[in-house]
Amino acid sequence: MPSFVIVEKCDGCKALDKTACQYICPNDLMVLEPESKKAFNQEPEQCWECYNCVKICPQQAIEVRHYADIMPLGSSTIPLRGSDNIMWTIKFRDQKTIKRFKFPIRTTAEGSIDCFKGKTMPTVADLKKPGFYTGPARTE
Amino acid sequence: MALEREFCKWSFCAKPEVETIETDLLLVGGGMACTGAAVEAMAYAKGLGLKVTLVDKAALDRSGAVAMGLSAINTYIGSENKIADYVNMVRTDLMGIIREDLVYSVGAHVDQTVHDFQDWGLPIWQKDANNHTVDGQVARDEELPLLKDGGKCVRSGKWQCMINGESYKVIVAEAAKNALGMENIHERVFIVKLLTDKNNSNRVCGAVGFSVREHKTYVFKCKAMIIACGGVVNVFRPRSVGEGQGRAWYPVWNAGSTYAMPAEIGAKMVLMENRFVPARFKDGYGPVGAWFLFFKAQATNAYGEDYMAKNWEQVKKDYPGYADAPGTCLRNHAAMMEMRAGRGPIMMHTDKAMAKLAETLSKKELKHLEAEAWEDFLDMSISAACLWASFNMEPDKMPSEIIPSEPYLLGSHAGCAGLWVSGPSKNYMGAPDSWFWGYDRMTTVEGLFTAGDGVGASGHKFSSGSHAEGRMAAKGALAFILDHKADKLEAAQNIDEVIADIYLPFEIFEKYKGYTTAPEINPNYLMPKQVQTRLQKLMDEYVAGCTPMYQTNKILLEEGLKRLTLLKEDATRLAARDLHELMRAWENYHRILSGEAHLRHILFREETRYPGYYYRADFLKIDDSKWKVFTISQYDKNTNEWKFETEPYKKLC
Repeated sequence: MPSFVIVEKCDGCKALDKTACQYICPNDLMVLEPESKKAFNQEPEQCWECYNCVKICPQQAIEVRHYADIMPLGSSTIPLRGSDNIMWTIKFRDQKTIKRFKFPIRTTAEGSIDCFKGKTMPTVADLKKPGFYTGPARTE
Repeated sequence: MALEREFCKWSFCAKPEVETIETDLLLVGGGMACTGAAVEAMAYAKGLGLKVTLVDKAALDRSGAVAMGLSAINTYIGSENKIADYVNMVRTDLMGIIREDLVYSVGAHVDQTVHDFQDWGLPIWQKDANNHTVDGQVARDEELPLLKDGGKCVRSGKWQCMINGESYKVIVAEAAKNALGMENIHERVFIVKLLTDKNNSNRVCGAVGFSVREHKTYVFKCKAMIIACGGVVNVFRPRSVGEGQGRAWYPVWNAGSTYAMPAEIGAKMVLMENRFVPARFKDGYGPVGAWFLFFKAQATNAYGEDYMAKNWEQVKKDYPGYADAPGTCLRNHAAMMEMRAGRGPIMMHTDKAMAKLAETLSKKELKHLEAEAWEDFLDMSISAACLWASFNMEPDKMPSEIIPSEPYLLGSHAGCAGLWVSGPSKNYMGAPDSWFWGYDRMTTVEGLFTAGDGVGASGHKFSSGSHAEGRMAAKGALAFILDHKADKLEAAQNIDEVIADIYLPFEIFEKYKGYTTAPEINPNYLMPKQVQTRLQKLMDEYVAGCTPMYQTNKILLEEGLKRLTLLKEDATRLAARDLHELMRAWENYHRILSGEAHLRHILFREETRYPGYYYRADFLKIDDSKWKVFTISQYDKNTNEWKFETEPYKKLC
């Protein structure tokens, strides 16, 4: 089913202004079932397993059961994404082999990017010349 | 045509609310190219009092090809390389026919965009003072010089540098959002048709799309437009047969909109016969680049023979002058020689590569290396890591299968399909007069620009080059707007009719659904999924998909074209029962047009220019005497006819 939602954990993001998984899915797959108020993947065979719904879910209610036509059951790959790093826990099908990794994801604070700060703003004369407002084009 | 044409008269479905938005520059798409365009355009637009609007069918944080993340930036020239050598590499890899003005200008700009990424917070691996590899966060903690100040990145290949790229798109999107302001960004709006000017049919003046969240249409009116919404995925039957169809190598949501919409208003396309067939870790589609280049792994046939060493002399004989340096398609070709002879599977010996590295590395370094190998997958192709776990495979203990995938159409990766665009300036590097018509990256339709996957004959841009190209296109588009300030634009199309056409799949579904007990099976219409599977099957069988081992010929192509023509007619009977299916309906219509361009271009080029990507079995050789040319097509929507012409290739550096 590629991404799946655990009934007991999903609260439909009722405390938020939007359903997180529905907001983020690049392929418009996650939807809120109107009666149960719980999310589900409406088109699993179009799921890229990009994990964006898994990473964003505030309840950690979403995991992935991998493509049924390809992968044996039993393994799991779970991310925990923070503000500056991501931790992965990978459990093999044998239930014994566990891999844990932690990688940085950004070196600046979330929301802090101001791409014009400290830059000299370009003028119309620059439009038809090579280069960007942040620096010139390379010449050789 | 067997069935009478249907029209949406709003008898069975409700009319949507319509919001009209006037802007100067419209950005259609939210991937690397349009986020690049957004920041560069806003640097000028603020001072000029111009409005820039971006429309994305998904959420900007995680849309486009970099939605999952990436483990490397594949184009960074760096101070140790020359731009001309980058152009040489691209020319070799794309079998001799590229627009060198376009490629060179990307090379001249791409490093600045990478420096900006690092400035914005993208962690880029670096070499420390002792030449040890450190990740992008440690590089900052240790205050190593930034790349722009002479810091050294970690090369996995000559042009690639490794990153901690889980949030690559989030970072790039954040820069674009803060530059544009959220009030100028429309997420979850899918543009499906472009508008042209009443007084100049070759001038774009707007776009129409619909919200996939509410019953609402958006009409954008603009002075210029950059369209960059990716390549084409799942136009061919994929190797997967069920849920795994979503595990495409390129993002499954890339539906050919970048090619289909401009084609419908007459924009010329170039080298649409080109495709990319990535050889990747089987089923999970994990990247092989780092394994080949960084871990120095070898790939063999079933019997341990190195297929490159074994077949290369023959490849050189078959394609003289093209095999001196092994390009991507010829490497595929060498592997396919083994597969066709029944000596598959092709195995990547990750285990042997790791064992060799273990001979010289400390335990700690080896542990680090193992993490790097997993991160390569977890950053950009998570399923490939899951595949290892689900089969109890540790890459340092056993090899993994690799396989050439189904074909993809694109212009930013190792492929060069796309639109025919103007170069950066008149006679840039000695380019012919015919390669420049006023504005950088403008298509042959006035005011319509593109970048990234949209620009043809100019591959190997990847994420960074697409971002840089978006910025270049933005400057071209703003220059165009300023030069055409006095133009009064009015849409030639009747907007009400365009909207009725967009919602026709709703009308058809509601009109006929009661006729059968199961709404999916109905003689009056096809559901989007049904259209897609028919397209995938015919493209696979007749247009050199993976089932016939990427081979086709004139007779097969002509039969394919007959079937595609019938499918195109049937696509006017697409039905949709909700907004999600309406999006799928139009995505698949865009796929059909892109697939048709691909088929017709392959039919036109009577040679095998890209062995290992596809074979014209009736013209197996590369024929430079006739075909060292750009193939250019133009679609006329009114007559449903295609015109072809050629333009000579010219070497510029």
